[in-house]
Amino acid sequence: MKNPRIVIIDYGVGNTYSVSNAIDSLGYRRLRISDKEEEIDNADVLILPGVGAFKACVNNLKERNLVSILNKQVLIKKKPILGICVGMQLLASFSEENGVHEGLGWIPGNVQKLQLPEQFAIPHVGWNNVVMKNNCPIFNHNTPDSNFYFDHSYFFNCDEKYVVGYCNYGFKVTAAVQHENIFGVQFHPEKSQTSGLKLFRGFLNSI
Amino acid sequence: MLKKRVVATVVVKDGIVVQSINFKKYLPVGRPPIALEFLNQWGIDEIILIDISASKNKKEPNYKMVSKASEKCFVPLTVGGGISKIEHVEKLMHCGADKISLNNAAIYQPNLISSAAHIFGDQCVVVSIDAVRTDSGYKVYDYLNKKIINDSPSEFANKSVELGAGEILINSVDRDGSYLGFDYELINSICKVVSVPVICSGGAKNADDFIKVFENTNASAASAANFFHFFEHSVNITKCGIKKKIEVRLETHADYSENEFDENYRLQKKLDSVLEEMLFVRIEKEVI
Repeated sequence: MKNPRIVIIDYGVGNTYSVSNAIDSLGYRRLRISDKEEEIDNADVLILPGVGAFKACVNNLKERNLVSILNKQVLIKKKPILGICVGMQLLASFSEENGVHEGLGWIPGNVQKLQLPEQFAIPHVGWNNVVMKNNCPIFNHNTPDSNFYFDHSYFFNCDEKYVVGYCNYGFKVTAAVQHENIFGVQFHPEKSQTSGLKLFRGFLNSI
Repeated sequence: MLKKRVVATVVVKDGIVVQSINFKKYLPVGRPPIALEFLNQWGIDEIILIDISASKNKKEPNYKMVSKASEKCFVPLTVGGGISKIEHVEKLMHCGADKISLNNAAIYQPNLISSAAHIFGDQCVVVSIDAVRTDSGYKVYDYLNKKIINDSPSEFANKSVELGAGEILINSVDRDGSYLGFDYELINSICKVVSVPVICSGGAKNADDFIKVFENTNASAASAANFFHFFEHSVNITKCGIKKKIEVRLETHADYSENEFDENYRLQKKLDSVLEEMLFVRIEKEVI
């Protein structure tokens, strides 16, 4: 689709401005940051950014009635959506970050604290190379083993079949997931320089 | 594998990027958006934008400056200076900041560390510690009131991490702007006691200092401020030097891998025959 209508879901805690800047720099002009049902309904593609604690994110989604709106758009209308960082973790069934909290439940699995050997610092912060699997279209424009910027203490533990990219940090950390029209990346493409911009291009070209 | 990070600290005073020497003298460099755009293009791994005039003048962070500066910054941006309320953090996150750095607030309002971590996650909260060497060991320095606090930087770091800090930024006041290299003893004293990543700062002159600090300490990231501003492609050239010994990210065609350097990591001129051939090499601008 040429020039899709893109809505970045605004639920109060994401770094929406950074994501919007990155996508805007690729020349997409029909770009909105919004939490309004009408605008989300009009969009061709959705982006769920995330910087924040899982609980705060879920509560904010609920407060703005976004859970049911998104369920309709993603599960029934099958709109492509890309979750970023906590936005990706929100796709899970539940998270163990500061107590157990229910997620959107679109991709079966749970979000757990990184359990790492002693020499590995937590959070996992910095640039790590991602091994890409299953020819996921979001990586179409990236060279294999590109570096992306990670910043997280929890990871998405899900069935191997949903994992389309991983990185090594003491063990294989889930870096990207896909289930039909639902995509998620643990790293921050909006903060991964040209590699990240290429990922947005890959994702937006694939729809 | 996780790469070591090469970080640029951009010090802003009254809206202008400055070179800072020992936290006392400041020389003007230029406008923040231009500095960030160039650092980003040259492949920096992360940028820390510190507004040293905000807290001093008891002002809130300069949101307009941050959002203008972040427009062309596609690497992680940590913003510090003037943050004393949770609303400030929230506003900064909407202006393009990815993390916030707490310095004076961490000393006098430690609760802000935990409240920010609860809402934005601990990965978002960087506690920045200024340290000075005294006769009784390293001490935390309060640059606003120009006084020495009785805590050692390692105790202070430990307390901050318990409250929810996701990273520690340790600055050596004595080495600031000195080009004498990083203070390994100070950095190691922090790395030993905390499990979160440590960013060190103060004293870097060239790639050699980065190599040495990564070889002698467990720091995850090392930062320089001044020297990145003063020559073309400073980041690529520095990273090319570091990469000879340490894993860093260098994903650009201008990676200087075929260049020679002198002992100060200045580029050597290429042979005339090579330059002549280069006349006919066309490098297309990468379109994403």
